[in-house]
Amino acid sequence: MDGNLGGGLRPEAADLKGEPLLSVRNLKTYFAQDEGTVLAVDGVSFDVAPGATLGIVGESGCGKSVTARSILRIVDRPGRIVEGEIHFRRPGANGGAGATVDLATLDPNGTEMRSIRGAEIALIFQEPMSSFSPVHTIGNQIVEAIMLHQDVSRREARAQAIETLRHVGVSSPEQRVDQLAHQLSGGLRQRAMIAMALSCQPTLLIADEPTTALDVTTQTQILELMRQLQQENGMAIMLITHDLGVIAEMATDVAVMYLGRVVEQAPVDAIFHDPRHPYTRALLRSIPRIRRRTRERLTPIAGAVPHPYNRPPGCPFHPRCAEFMAGRCDRETPVLKPVGDRHAVSCFLYA
Amino acid sequence: MAVAVAADAVESQRIFVASQWQLMWWRFRKHRVAVASGIVILGFYAVVLGADFLAYADPDASEAQRSLMPPQRVYWLDGWRFGPYVHGVKGARDPQTFKRVYVSDPSQKIPLRFLVEGFEYRFLGLIPSTRHLIGVDGGLDANKTIFLLGTDVQGRDLWSRLMYGTRISLTIGLLGVTASLVLGVVLGGISGFYGGVIDTVIQRVIEILRSIPTIPLWMGLAAALPREWTILQVYFAITVIISLLGWTELARVVRGRFLSMREEDFVVSARLVGCTRLRTIFVHMVPSFMSHIIAATTLALPAMIISETSLSFLGLGLRPPAISWGVLLQQAQNVQTVAISPWLMLPAVPVIVAVMAFNFLGDGLRDAADPYGR
Amino acid sequence: MLAYIGRRVVLAVFTVWAISVLSFAIIQLPPGDYVSSYIAQMASMGSVVTDEEAQNLRIQYGLGQPMYVQYLKWMKLIVQGDFGMSMEWKRPNTEVIGARLWMTVLISVAALILTWILALPIGIYSAVRQYSVGDYVATFIGFVGLAVPNFLLALVLLYLGFVLFDAHIGGLFSPELQDADWSAAKVWDLLKHVPIPALILGLAGTAQQIRIMRANLLDELRKPYVVTARSKGLSESKVVLKYPVRVALNPFASTIGYTLPYIVSGSIIVSLVLGLPTVGPLLLKALIAQDMFLAGTIVLLLGVMTVIGTLISDILLVWIDPRIRLEET
Repeated sequence: MDGNLGGGLRPEAADLKGEPLLSVRNLKTYFAQDEGTVLAVDGVSFDVAPGATLGIVGESGCGKSVTARSILRIVDRPGRIVEGEIHFRRPGANGGAGATVDLATLDPNGTEMRSIRGAEIALIFQEPMSSFSPVHTIGNQIVEAIMLHQDVSRREARAQAIETLRHVGVSSPEQRVDQLAHQLSGGLRQRAMIAMALSCQPTLLIADEPTTALDVTTQTQILELMRQLQQENGMAIMLITHDLGVIAEMATDVAVMYLGRVVEQAPVDAIFHDPRHPYTRALLRSIPRIRRRTRERLTPIAGAVPHPYNRPPGCPFHPRCAEFMAGRCDRETPVLKPVGDRHAVSCFLYA
Repeated sequence: MAVAVAADAVESQRIFVASQWQLMWWRFRKHRVAVASGIVILGFYAVVLGADFLAYADPDASEAQRSLMPPQRVYWLDGWRFGPYVHGVKGARDPQTFKRVYVSDPSQKIPLRFLVEGFEYRFLGLIPSTRHLIGVDGGLDANKTIFLLGTDVQGRDLWSRLMYGTRISLTIGLLGVTASLVLGVVLGGISGFYGGVIDTVIQRVIEILRSIPTIPLWMGLAAALPREWTILQVYFAITVIISLLGWTELARVVRGRFLSMREEDFVVSARLVGCTRLRTIFVHMVPSFMSHIIAATTLALPAMIISETSLSFLGLGLRPPAISWGVLLQQAQNVQTVAISPWLMLPAVPVIVAVMAFNFLGDGLRDAADPYGR
Repeated sequence: MLAYIGRRVVLAVFTVWAISVLSFAIIQLPPGDYVSSYIAQMASMGSVVTDEEAQNLRIQYGLGQPMYVQYLKWMKLIVQGDFGMSMEWKRPNTEVIGARLWMTVLISVAALILTWILALPIGIYSAVRQYSVGDYVATFIGFVGLAVPNFLLALVLLYLGFVLFDAHIGGLFSPELQDADWSAAKVWDLLKHVPIPALILGLAGTAQQIRIMRANLLDELRKPYVVTARSKGLSESKVVLKYPVRVALNPFASTIGYTLPYIVSGSIIVSLVLGLPTVGPLLLKALIAQDMFLAGTIVLLLGVMTVIGTLISDILLVWIDPRIRLEET
């Protein structure tokens, strides 16, 4: 909150408890359209440790958002989870560990899933403007979230909402709480969204491109805020973004996605200093470096993301891969294999 | 698992070079109901052109003896051959009610013939002919005519009158819509393009017109038409009356399009590149909303048809000897008549079908014209 | 908000003025003036109107003077409550129209309410369960409602009722109570008879509203704030009803204003077919008989009634949409 960039402790690997908070195994979410089936998420696996920040990185269309929605079971029709498990460790009584439930098996509209959604796992979005209802006040929407999951009166909920707004840095929360979304600036709206998401103290916050729609200074403030709240509550964050800078600043672990699959997963340092997968390498290469001489051309990734109905056989990245091995990469599909300490890659170079 | 689209890679490239109208046509084609409706409407207009050919009796020939005859049943098979025929009818008097009753007379088999000679007419007003689609031998002989849909209270054949009625009902609709279109495009265009005070004034006028209940007004205006006017004059007057209130919807659509397009980047860039205002309007803006206009116009037609039918039904619109669906329905005004002769309600069928068809067609056109639709 | 209502009131006044001008035009259109037809009518009954009387009448009605003067005189009379005489009935117009106007109001309002009650849930259901059987059925009924002119529907229903049930569906009262004095029983009888005409009248409007609601709701359902609501853990039905429906309600509500003129219009013809004691049959007879004062008065009253109704609905709209309350749209 005081511009302390990069400050604040990030949990070291050794501090993390053994059991992951969220464990996704081989998740597959498909969309059946008239023209064919889109394999939006095609076998994704990762873990989120309690209190850690997992960054999910990838280009548009790689399935990051669908993954987030699959976890919360709010995928729009005709999307469906066709396979996979989503193990979530629910908070038990007195802050201890509770039971683990497979979210993929729950009824999306049932009581259990709905009590988890919003209270134990919260989601914040890219566009705070359109993510708030245009005809209800901010307060109304936050109070609704509170009263849905906590047994309090409307007055208490309102007081709580005002407090939360103050806590996330919204000025004059007593007035703001009765305003409509379009009356707040972009940064304030995002803070309000965070306030709403955090109103019930979730253990896991999924942030889907939370800063993409903000200008750079606001971006920094929001990230600071998130880090601060994470420290206070000990909550885990699953940060979805295409911005490697944000990853570098916030994440403890990173999962790189391409066309619905995780191609590499590692602690953040390993991703930046020891990338193994050709896609990760190409991504890092394509970032303009401030120290380079200005005359050099940028190095984009060759080719383009394939049309969803036109998936390449075998490894989905092979048409654009600099290290493509004919005969293998276009025939068989690689799977995630460990190559180091909590570092896994899905590539035949390492199989 | 992946679907291979590679096969028509060339096909899919065509999308990028297709013209706006081709794109519209392709999307329209997918909407099967709309296409079916389009065919139905083409059928209707074929009837408009060929009404004389399709009718078999002179629509104005009244014959008191054959008043209120029910539709005849057509027997399609004569023995084992395909030979449609109807039974003749015998008139008799019901001994109890003294009402005229018609009994089918099986001893008389009147075979139906196709492409027969009948009464004389001029196809398209130019080519004299006597050929009709259906008829009987010696068709002009009063005793042996057929009544596929029965007759009305004056003994006139309903089928033939229906054919001629289609002609007037559908063309009034077209004329009325054209008039509304002109008014709507001009006023809506001015309103949307120039904005400001003109826009406000025209908008208020439109709002005022829309808040007035139309039928009482129409009734008043139609009743005020002098009785001495010819059918043609009445016809045009009715068209004008109907379109006087119908242009508001089209004007709204046009104005909306103009307003939203004025701010579009492509219009601004056209001006910046140096296009004159006129060129901007006609070359850049108009093609963008042509399709919407077509859709809105098609959707405005059913209202015209219903308006004319309503007015004529009340006896205030077209009057006999003009024939339209509304005039035909005028005979079916009360329950007593209808209970005895329910076939008098048959002209309602083409009204309903035409209106539905136009609605579906208009919907299909509108969906096809919308570049952002699914 | 007050500014908005103020604007609507001003517009309503203008509309009433426009209607009065149009009604006046209707009165004036047929050739000859009121007095000459009056004289002719008197003559046909055997009485004679002296020249002096004719002259006085002319002066009283301002005939022979420029149009706008006549119009102003007519307006003056109206504001005093004198709507003129019906030539055909030979009674003051107010008497002739009498309770019929209230009947028209009753039917129209009933139809309007019915439209809302039906269109809203069906439209919501159609959008939420898109492409389901229910959706197709609703859409189809909607199309039928739009395509079948209401008087035809009335006719068909009458016919079916007569033939299948040997019943008289027409009219607003049972034959026994038709001319009886007002009593609780009569009111109940009236209420029992209202639904069918109201349904027939409102069907086309209902169909329209269903389509509008469905289209609007479909648009809103795709929007991000619906996902937000869901992600908070709200049940599906609450998500739909509290958020997108609320937003889709705005354009929906703004269409009520335009349904009313349509319904009032339609009541004219439907009343004719069903034999309802409303203003409709009276208007038609007046027009055919060239009783222009009665006709013009009816048109004026109908128009005013419609404008008032529209104004009320506009005010209701403000109540529904907070965005109008806060700023001018």
